[in-house]
Amino acid sequence: MHAPPAPTARLPIASDADLAWVRQQVRQAAAGLGFGLVQQTKLVTAASELARNTLVHGGGGHVEMTTLEEGAARGLRLSFVDNGPGIRDVDLAMTDGYTTGGGLGMGLSGAKRLVQEFTLDSRPGEGTTVTVTDWAAGLPSPRTGAP
Amino acid sequence: MQVAEHDTADGVAKELGGFLERRREQIAQRWADAPLFRTVFTVSRDEAVEACKAVVDALADVARSGRLEDVQAPGFAAVRDQLGRMAASRTQAGFSSSQIAGEVAGLREPTLTLLRAEFEDSSSEHLEACLLALTVLMGTLRLVVMETSVSAGEELIARQQLQLLEVATPVIKLWEGIVAVPLIGTLDSARSQVVMESLLEAIVDQRARYAILDITGVPTVDSLVAQHLMKTVAAARLMGAECIVSGIRPAIAQTIVHLGIDLGTIITRAGLADALAYALTEQGIVVSQGPAQGGSPR
Repeated sequence: MHAPPAPTARLPIASDADLAWVRQQVRQAAAGLGFGLVQQTKLVTAASELARNTLVHGGGGHVEMTTLEEGAARGLRLSFVDNGPGIRDVDLAMTDGYTTGGGLGMGLSGAKRLVQEFTLDSRPGEGTTVTVTDWAAGLPSPRTGAP
Repeated sequence: MQVAEHDTADGVAKELGGFLERRREQIAQRWADAPLFRTVFTVSRDEAVEACKAVVDALADVARSGRLEDVQAPGFAAVRDQLGRMAASRTQAGFSSSQIAGEVAGLREPTLTLLRAEFEDSSSEHLEACLLALTVLMGTLRLVVMETSVSAGEELIARQQLQLLEVATPVIKLWEGIVAVPLIGTLDSARSQVVMESLLEAIVDQRARYAILDITGVPTVDSLVAQHLMKTVAAARLMGAECIVSGIRPAIAQTIVHLGIDLGTIITRAGLADALAYALTEQGIVVSQGPAQGGSPR
């Protein structure tokens, strides 16, 4: 994997098959940026949770993948965008165990714990955008995994 | 050729239909040697010629109906199946859809040559109109083939998905009373439903006390996958079997912890061997290292 991933990729989220594709693409991009295995797994898992939210609660949408470069640091930003009903009470939605979809209620709050930067922007009736960013850790020794 | 109704597009289309009907045999003979037909109808050349005639008939039918550009023209219905089989066969031979499209386009040239010869005596404008009509019709044929090959591809994918559901969830008897399911790939709702069903069946059939779910081959364990695992474990428990989840890699373990999922109620082990050892010990089975058998030292 020598060629750096494209700066911005836009992947649709409209079916279960798309979720698998998003996971694969995120894993590939993260590996290409030199993320360790643990960080890769955490980011992919967070992406899986957020993409499923986009599909189940937002009624489908897309994810934008952007590779970031700040000096020597390299990162990956993922924006999950939907035009669904939005989240009425963000604090409640971020609570562990709170669910409206029959799941465990760990998706949103768990995803936040799995990544370094997390922002949620939701307007009732207009849609939700969740953006997460992770930076490749341990510059001198690329084999160190977790931050 | 009289130039009775060559002014209207409809007239040209009808004339084209007549030409295709008259030259059916010659066109078919030329097409039969094209790779598209030759490599699909391999039993005999006659078979290929018959297949070509069917396509020519369909084209003539479409031309007579005047719907040269209509992919849905009823004339194509008769050969849609055949074209689909041809495209599928070429796809299986490793050809891409654009290559197949190229092969269909290759059928145009010999037909145009015949048309030119037939309308030699008529005015150049009329000849032009006929050639154009035939080109349009052959383009439509190409679209029809593409359409059938795409739908054949979709069918294939759907069938393979179903096959994967069955293939990827074998339940293995490891020991008397111990069964294991090695899970591989994405564990979505449909897959986990199949896993649960086959595991519960195996528990009954094998009278298993212990069931091992090995997730070594599952690349991502998110909250939905965890929920599926917990449900499967709970169902197995109701049947009187203890479930052990094995194959939890270090990265997965850390992710589950950060995600905040509590798997505390489930017995977990790092590897399949550890899980088997646990189940054996629980049943009071002792595996000892006996004297080496075979290959006796001299």
